Amino acid sequence: MGFDQYHEPAEELSARTRTFARMCANLTEEAEAIGWYEQRISLEADEDSRAIMNDSLGEEYKHFCMDLEFLLRATPLWRQTARGILFQEGDIVANGEASEAAAGSGQSPEPPGSAQGSVPDSSLRIGSLRGGDL
Amino acid sequence: MSTDHLLRSQAPISDAGWELLDQEAIGRLTVALGARKLIDFSGPHGWDYSATNLGRTEGLAQAPVAGVRAHRRRVLPLTEVRAPFSISRAELADNDRGAADVDLDSLDVAALEIATAENMAVFHGWTAAGISGIAESSPHPPVPRVPDFNDYPKRVAKAVATLRQSGISGPYGLALGPDDYTSVMETTEHGGYPLFDHVRKILGEGPVVWAPGVSGAVVVSLRGGDFLFESGQDLSLGYHHHDAETVHLYLEESFSFRVATPEAAIALAGE
Repeated sequence: MGFDQYHEPAEELSARTRTFARMCANLTEEAEAIGWYEQRISLEADEDSRAIMNDSLGEEYKHFCMDLEFLLRATPLWRQTARGILFQEGDIVANGEASEAAAGSGQSPEPPGSAQGSVPDSSLRIGSLRGGDL
Repeated sequence: MSTDHLLRSQAPISDAGWELLDQEAIGRLTVALGARKLIDFSGPHGWDYSATNLGRTEGLAQAPVAGVRAHRRRVLPLTEVRAPFSISRAELADNDRGAADVDLDSLDVAALEIATAENMAVFHGWTAAGISGIAESSPHPPVPRVPDFNDYPKRVAKAVATLRQSGISGPYGLALGPDDYTSVMETTEHGGYPLFDHVRKILGEGPVVWAPGVSGAVVVSLRGGDFLFESGQDLSLGYHHHDAETVHLYLEESFSFRVATPEAAIALAGE
């Protein structure tokens, strides 16, 4: 069994950091899978096979988004930066630079009238413990 | 640092002090929050989230105009739970100097208290908060207690069989009160086979969790959708006030809990 997601000695990392690293690894794997399906689908001639792979690709989109949302909830600055970039119109690089600067200064990177609904979380972020240690 | 209602930034506590307190609280809470290891968790939805939608209505006898009928939505209000504790400022100063043996006993007690309150609300209910517990909601008669703990696997097997016969699929999990947990962990069956391992096999390798606040034990289905915990503000550390010697803090959360499928659990009677 590999533990490549840990860049530092795992026993020195907190449980929270280990979970964060696992979710980063999950996110990477989902992104890889999306890329692989795109390639396979672009070459596959059989219609049924393509339909199945497209269905699988949809699952990977969902998994990637859930992983990303978990990580953003766990990282307020990342979340704040993402708000100024994700689902925004215009130049992606320009939005990114502006969002990074605004997040670092503590200002809201959200354009006026943008979607609300996220919840600032200053909790201990314990959440569900299903599937955890006994 | 946040400036929300927890007022953490107002406390005379360094970043290193908050890190110490947060990690200690997380460590203590994750051990004791047995219910969260078995039930569905939704949220956190934020401190300003006040009620769970039940999807039901109740008729109103009166309406402003004779020709209309009215129904009021039914909701389950979230309950705020707070466990206060105090930390010596001298101890926090020692932590900043690198001390490794900081006295956090008061925090540890508060963590156990609030985790116990959550477990009790989930498994045994909390009438004043409008919460019905898993054990009390179950239509199955509790599996009777027997004096010999070597018979514990038979009781768990009977509980699992009862759930299966009711059409409740697994996997299954077992929440053990402190007394039962200690006995299960310490007992070996004839031949030296650990009771704990036997119980897990009966559950289909499902989790066996320590759940302070539980009387006896409860077997629950883990298939999902049966036991619904809704978190407003998840467990948090907040600041109340301080004096020259002591910082007064608290652990706090808001939540609701409801049982969607009462027959998906069965109690093992306690003392």
